[in-house]
Amino acid sequence: MQSDRIFGLVATVLALTYIVSANQTQISFLTDPVGPKGFPILIGIIWAISAMFMVLRPDPQPDWPGLRTFAALAFAVLILIGYAYALKPLGFVLPTAVAAGVLSYQISPNPKHAVLTGIGLSGVLFVIFKYALGLGLVAIPRWLLG
Amino acid sequence: MDILANLALGFSIALSPYTLMLAVIGCFLGTIIGALPGLGPSNGVAILIPLTFALGLDATSALVLMTAVYYGAMYGGRISSILLNIPGDEPALMTTLDGYPMAKAGRAGDALVLSGVASFVGAFLATLGLIFLAPLLARVAFLFGPAEYFALYLLAFCTLGGMASNNQAKAAIASCIGLAIAMIGVDNSSGLPRLTGGNLHLYDGVDFLVAIVGLFAITEVFFFIESHGKHSSLGVKLEKVSIPWKEIIECRWVMLRSSVVGFIAGVLPGAGASLGSFLAYMSEKSIAGEKGGFGTGVAKGIAAPEAGNNAAAGGALVPMLTLGVPGSGTTAVLLALLMTLNITPGPTLFTENPDVVWGLIASLLIANFVLLVMNVPMVKIFVRVLQVPAWVLMPGVTMISFVGIYSLTGSYFDLLLMVGFGVLGYIMRKLDIPTVPVILGILLGGHMETALRRAMLLSDGDWIYLFSSPIAIGLWLAAVSGFIAPMFLRRFLKKPQRITD
Repeated sequence: MQSDRIFGLVATVLALTYIVSANQTQISFLTDPVGPKGFPILIGIIWAISAMFMVLRPDPQPDWPGLRTFAALAFAVLILIGYAYALKPLGFVLPTAVAAGVLSYQISPNPKHAVLTGIGLSGVLFVIFKYALGLGLVAIPRWLLG
Repeated sequence: MDILANLALGFSIALSPYTLMLAVIGCFLGTIIGALPGLGPSNGVAILIPLTFALGLDATSALVLMTAVYYGAMYGGRISSILLNIPGDEPALMTTLDGYPMAKAGRAGDALVLSGVASFVGAFLATLGLIFLAPLLARVAFLFGPAEYFALYLLAFCTLGGMASNNQAKAAIASCIGLAIAMIGVDNSSGLPRLTGGNLHLYDGVDFLVAIVGLFAITEVFFFIESHGKHSSLGVKLEKVSIPWKEIIECRWVMLRSSVVGFIAGVLPGAGASLGSFLAYMSEKSIAGEKGGFGTGVAKGIAAPEAGNNAAAGGALVPMLTLGVPGSGTTAVLLALLMTLNITPGPTLFTENPDVVWGLIASLLIANFVLLVMNVPMVKIFVRVLQVPAWVLMPGVTMISFVGIYSLTGSYFDLLLMVGFGVLGYIMRKLDIPTVPVILGILLGGHMETALRRAMLLSDGDWIYLFSSPIAIGLWLAAVSGFIAPMFLRRFLKKPQRITD
């Protein structure tokens, strides 16, 4: 019950924010009858109505994972965000090895497997992407090599 | 005859050694991708799109490769359904009902071959249907104006929500989220930014590939982390594979009927392969009656949904190619592929790019044959591939997704968006909110808005114009009934639950 209600409330708030933000769109001097505001506001209204429906008629509670798994998932998200930021400055090989290793450890908690997966995937994928597919990946950037 | 000439054109393009090789590679790759649990046709095709782009293939070759992957993945999904009782994708759910019992009874090889032949029959008949129906529909499509297109998109969203989910409000929310995200970016008519919040990265809007890969692949990784990869491993051993000729001949009428049912189900925008397999299974079950023994591992129970869903997959290509409205999640990904290749589906596709369309149709036929021939001897190899452990597979999939998206734009912001979509997908799947409408919304949002604005422009702001032509009225009625009807029909159309050991 609760999850649906919470989601419905959050969705309603988001829908209202969306409508307000759509209202603030700049209009140029040449415009058609509907204009750039029309469709977004229409969508926002339907969004808000459906979200209210979810609040009023919630489905049974899904089984959310426990606290430990939540922490693991949050950590995975952080790692992936860090990976996105680290790809440009740190090249391909190092961040991929770390990210793949951490994800592998979270799926199956075996440190040896995780390290092997990290290094193995990083190397194999780099070779495939750079040489077989010709993508422009940098293995290790110059400033790291000294 | 016109059609034969076009087919000849298509085959001349598709039968070159290069395209044949691509078709074979695609089928092989697709079957592996489809067989691995956690991937599936939508994910697999989605992840490969940026890579095909990077490979620099021309339009026809890329199309041949990706449709071979698509068909291969649809077949591959059966392998995990029959052997592991894990449906590779939603349409494969019906196959688990009779496939897994048959495999447990020691006839896994028969089940696999049977599903392969039934898939071939379904896909072949659907491709024939496509060849005859698509040009007809393309001619009708010329009568479609902006009001009709708006009604058509509305129909797609309403029926997709109706069939796919148990709760209409949730489907509506998902569609709205998708449409809302599609509105972000620079407005086409005024050239001024909309809903970007001043963030320069959002001026280009949100790329549908980022959304697809995030919602399908990254979400899958989160689910694997949650379940710690604890899916039951191979519970069924695979003995020698032989061809059960007797049962194939027994099932021929079943396969024919299911193909027809599936094709019609697939042509409806919004309904896709899952509906096709579901309707085929239920209709064959009621025809066979109690003596049929559906659910205990009967050959007909495998042939019906397999023919049905492959026919539906072929049928779903009809509205996609002629009208540009995808019929299901997987056709949405194919539409994304076509858009990446700068090909706009629609009635003009048949007149302006006939070589692309007929080359595609010819390559579908070829892929069908290749899959049929490849599957019987190579089943053992595919089963071996299934043994790859999750803790190698999922990180690999994640890294491939990241590199694929990164190769498109080189922007870290897209990667962040992808992770965001992954989190959103996780929450949505937990709450039983369908994710396919979000993809559809992002793909079609721009077109839907353009259609609405054009219609209003033509009528000078008069809302009645949306209901002016008989086609538009018919589509509106279909959309409304498609949205409301499942609420009442849910009692009759209860989906059979999966067998749990």
